[in-house]
Amino acid sequence: MEHYWQEISALTMRWVRRLSREKFSMLFTLVQPMLFWLIFFGNLFQRAADTQVMQAPNYISFLAAGVVIMTVLNNGLAGGVDLLFDKENGFLERLMSTPIHRTSVILSRFIFVMAITSMQVLVILGVSYLFGVHPATGILGVATTLLIGMMFGVGLTAISMAMAFSVKSHGDFFSVLGFLSLPMIFLSSALVPLTAMPGWMSFLAQFNPMTWAIDAVRPLILSGWAEALPHVGMVILVMLVFDALCLYGGAKAFRRAMG
Amino acid sequence: MDRTIAINVNHLCKTYDSHKAVDDLSFSVYAGEIFGLLGPNGAGKSTTLRTLITLLHPTSGTATIMGHDTVRDADTVRTLIGYVPQERAIDRFLTGREHLQLLGALYHLTTDEATKRINELLKLVDLEDHADRPAKTYSGGMKRKLDIACGLLPNPKILFLDEPTLGLDVQSRLRIWEYVRMLKARGMTVVMTTNYLDEADQLCDRLAIIDGGKIKTLGSPVELKIALGGDIVSLTLKELDRIPSLETELKGRPAIKSVRTTTKGLDIRVESPEKALPAILEAANRLGCSIEFIQYNRPRLDDVFIAHTGRAITESIPETESA
Repeated sequence: MEHYWQEISALTMRWVRRLSREKFSMLFTLVQPMLFWLIFFGNLFQRAADTQVMQAPNYISFLAAGVVIMTVLNNGLAGGVDLLFDKENGFLERLMSTPIHRTSVILSRFIFVMAITSMQVLVILGVSYLFGVHPATGILGVATTLLIGMMFGVGLTAISMAMAFSVKSHGDFFSVLGFLSLPMIFLSSALVPLTAMPGWMSFLAQFNPMTWAIDAVRPLILSGWAEALPHVGMVILVMLVFDALCLYGGAKAFRRAMG
Repeated sequence: MDRTIAINVNHLCKTYDSHKAVDDLSFSVYAGEIFGLLGPNGAGKSTTLRTLITLLHPTSGTATIMGHDTVRDADTVRTLIGYVPQERAIDRFLTGREHLQLLGALYHLTTDEATKRINELLKLVDLEDHADRPAKTYSGGMKRKLDIACGLLPNPKILFLDEPTLGLDVQSRLRIWEYVRMLKARGMTVVMTTNYLDEADQLCDRLAIIDGGKIKTLGSPVELKIALGGDIVSLTLKELDRIPSLETELKGRPAIKSVRTTTKGLDIRVESPEKALPAILEAANRLGCSIEFIQYNRPRLDDVFIAHTGRAITESIPETESA
């Protein structure tokens, strides 16, 4: 157990060190794009969006929940990228030829991606706050939002890692990634509520786990506990199933690649 | 000679889909020797190596490292070995020291232990002055040295090197050879793959030539060359009429394998030139043959390779050739 911890903390430290050496990429590729959504998209549609349809005081407060979960989506789906590079340049083999527990590398990646995602979610909520979006459920609501984000993120990161272990080249990886991320966003309640979507889109969107996550985070921000709790309860169940499936698939891909 | 066996490979097979990457391989590596797996790209060297370092599970057959099975006792095996991958397995953002510190934790060393060992290794591979610079500033040779330091960090009983000098300049190459010899002198067992014949010839105590997933031949470089039929001593005689008598005289002598008449003299296949040359000169002298010209050709490992695989190592494997 002590060994396990030593391995995981050393491997996690490696991800932190890497990020700290890439200050520009840290700033520009991780924090910024989501803020663009919030600031530009949110303000752009401020008047175009019907607050009656949104069930929110203004569009940006409606969008905040969507941007939070989009952050989780993007980080999660990209979570396996570094392992992909490790696989391609032989670093992963070097790690796996040491007497570490087979899950240490993966676990360190989960910890790192979750930590970064949490920080970014807090940044998003902070910036939203500056635009007048004050979470109705307070600090506890923010904590619940993080919990939901983490539960969604674990599954996504598992998918990403499974892909990293399975693809032949990193070109394939990024193609699939680019292909997945936008439909996931459009076919969810991130930008408009399901009720405002064309029938076929709202039909597909209700199978998107992202929709469930957003529908739980949104009342946490907009309404209050009374409305949020049933959604929160539901999303936890949905995410447990989602994570179980993703982790199972990820474990299978990992075993195939490593043995 | 009774020697400790460090690695035992027994009927090892590894199949990908229908392609047999490794086909019924059996060999042993003795403790303390430098053992080479020589073959062209795609011959099955790396697959064999990856199986030995527990990264691949064999389709059938077994491999043991110091008596421990690479599948069942994988964790024990991993504590006994060091691995230097073929690719420059370097994290460009980490410094040399950070690479070693990371591995120190993965081998469960205490901080004190790790620090001491890391300083020794940095000194050994001559990277002390560059230890705290990110690896992206390193030259190819420096990266390779760091790779080797990483492989040595666990203080392994057996070090596995995958194509240790691939793509290196001549000086770095000689430097790496120096390290490998030094490690052997310290009692370490070294297993390396290479597709450089001169590297195998210079460095390896014994080597297996692998092609198409099978071992074509195995032995020390000298043995392999001798097995090919020995060195050739070519004599050109001044008096051509003396050729038959000298041929009769030399035939059947110890250290001489065969004698063949040529237009101007004799081609003599010898087991070892050290023994054969004096005998040849003495015979020629006794019969009064004056020798105009004497040439001695040592078969190179290239010849061994061609004899066993039917082509030169630089030629691509048939599948890619036809493609």
